[in-house]
Amino acid sequence: MGSEMKVNLCGIELDNPVIPASGTFGYGYEFAELYDINLLGTFSFKGTTKDPRFGNPTPRIAECYAGMINAVGLQNPGVERVIAEELPKMRKCFHKKVMANVSGFSVEDYAYTCQRLDGCEEIGWFEVNVSCPNVHGGGMSFGTSPEAAAQVVSTVKKVTKKPVIVKLSPNVTDIVSIAKACEAAGADGISLINTMLGMRIDLRTRKPVIANKMGGFSGPAIFPVAVRMVYQVANAVKIPVVGMGGVSSAEDVIEMMLAGATAVEVGAANLVDPFVCKSIIGDLPRVMEQYKINSLSEIIGGCK
Amino acid sequence: MKQSIFQIAENVALTDSVMRMRLLGDTSDITRPGQFINIKLDGLYLRRPISVYDRDDESVTIIYKVVGKGTEQMRSMSVGESLDVLTGLGNGYDVSVSGDRPLLIGGGVGVPPLYMLAKQLIREGKQVSVILGFNTKSEVFGEEEFRGLGAEVRVTTVDGSYGTRGFVTNAMDSLDYTYFYTCGPEPMLRAVYNATATSGQFSFEERMGCGFGACMGCSCKTLYGNKRICKDGPVLTKEEIIWEAK
Repeated sequence: MGSEMKVNLCGIELDNPVIPASGTFGYGYEFAELYDINLLGTFSFKGTTKDPRFGNPTPRIAECYAGMINAVGLQNPGVERVIAEELPKMRKCFHKKVMANVSGFSVEDYAYTCQRLDGCEEIGWFEVNVSCPNVHGGGMSFGTSPEAAAQVVSTVKKVTKKPVIVKLSPNVTDIVSIAKACEAAGADGISLINTMLGMRIDLRTRKPVIANKMGGFSGPAIFPVAVRMVYQVANAVKIPVVGMGGVSSAEDVIEMMLAGATAVEVGAANLVDPFVCKSIIGDLPRVMEQYKINSLSEIIGGCK
Repeated sequence: MKQSIFQIAENVALTDSVMRMRLLGDTSDITRPGQFINIKLDGLYLRRPISVYDRDDESVTIIYKVVGKGTEQMRSMSVGESLDVLTGLGNGYDVSVSGDRPLLIGGGVGVPPLYMLAKQLIREGKQVSVILGFNTKSEVFGEEEFRGLGAEVRVTTVDGSYGTRGFVTNAMDSLDYTYFYTCGPEPMLRAVYNATATSGQFSFEERMGCGFGACMGCSCKTLYGNKRICKDGPVLTKEEIIWEAK
């Protein structure tokens, strides 16, 4: 029995569906010191904005049961330095198309950053993040209303021919209506879920553990929520869905794909086990055989 | 950085809340004093970063304070049990700039990373002075170990129950030093920053996500740009530090 792992994401073939999620993999080159990152399907690089950002004050991290909260706040060197410094370093160790994760504080920001990155040949897809819970007056505010999300999509679509995948927030009443609005506005794919808004309190100080008070909850604890939302969205749209949220094993990848994901992102798990994506890809053929799967692309949306 | 399995060879109490643990395993990536290791514990999601006290070719020794669930779990572990550990994390101290008479200043659980540093400096023929600061006598550890290396050791306690009364800066007066290295709670680091006449290196602590530079959870601003405490630090030089307003 063969184990075909190739999938097609918005017209670009991936050797396998495993994609380290934005914000857990930098611009790739540091993980390239640990293993050959060309074995990945692709990866989504660190959320990039028009201007450089330091992000939120520390502490930015809190431990949780089966997960963590982060409130990094889109720290990144800004699109110009990403083009001038980060991408050249990335190119030396990663030879596949990369996913460019972009965030902004206005519709114009998103369009500007995507337009600047559009000329970079190594970028295969845009992943437009309208779901960062850690910045005020931007990020998630675009992803919590169908109209605002659609406006970002249609504006970005005007500045690039590359596939535009919209990354959605789970912190909404009806994620399906937002996904549909993005599809109608021309999105080529949907990725979900970003982190869930969470909070921890230190019993000793009676203050929030995180300086920004709240942050994005991720890790295995949110996996069932992610599977549910991927299932709902995949059944409501015709464009490909990239599933993420607590994925930590080859079994999780297959479960996400059965829910309707064409490809699967791995986030928090990279921070605990830097080799986890390599392990997942290594484990997939064995797990596929165990569940009698010849080809991963055949199981997408296989759960009815 | 390496990920490997270590076996506990020793896990003993030094004070009511401070433990010393020796771990057998691959220590080849631990190359500089002031680096740390990151330990995975059953049932806890994030790893626990702990500074390296000492290393040899087959073992690494850490000294940790029991402050929460993770360190409590570590205290309850027995000799022979295994731990999944990332090694070789952090930049560590640069010994090449110490001059002939370096001063090492540690406070509380900021003391441990200075041990391997003192050992290396003394091996290189430097005349090392050490100031160890604690709150009270029952919390004091490490004095004999540093003396055993050949360092001149001064101990301070805030309540005066042992050694010089007061803070580490109260024991610095008559010392003639060429450079300094320090690790401890941030108020102590600020005091050392203001009380020292020479350049020096500071080891910082911050809540970390990954511990190897991926998540940007422990970033800080420096005069040389944004740095990650886990990867570009934990050691920063006096010249680059920006103290955030408290």
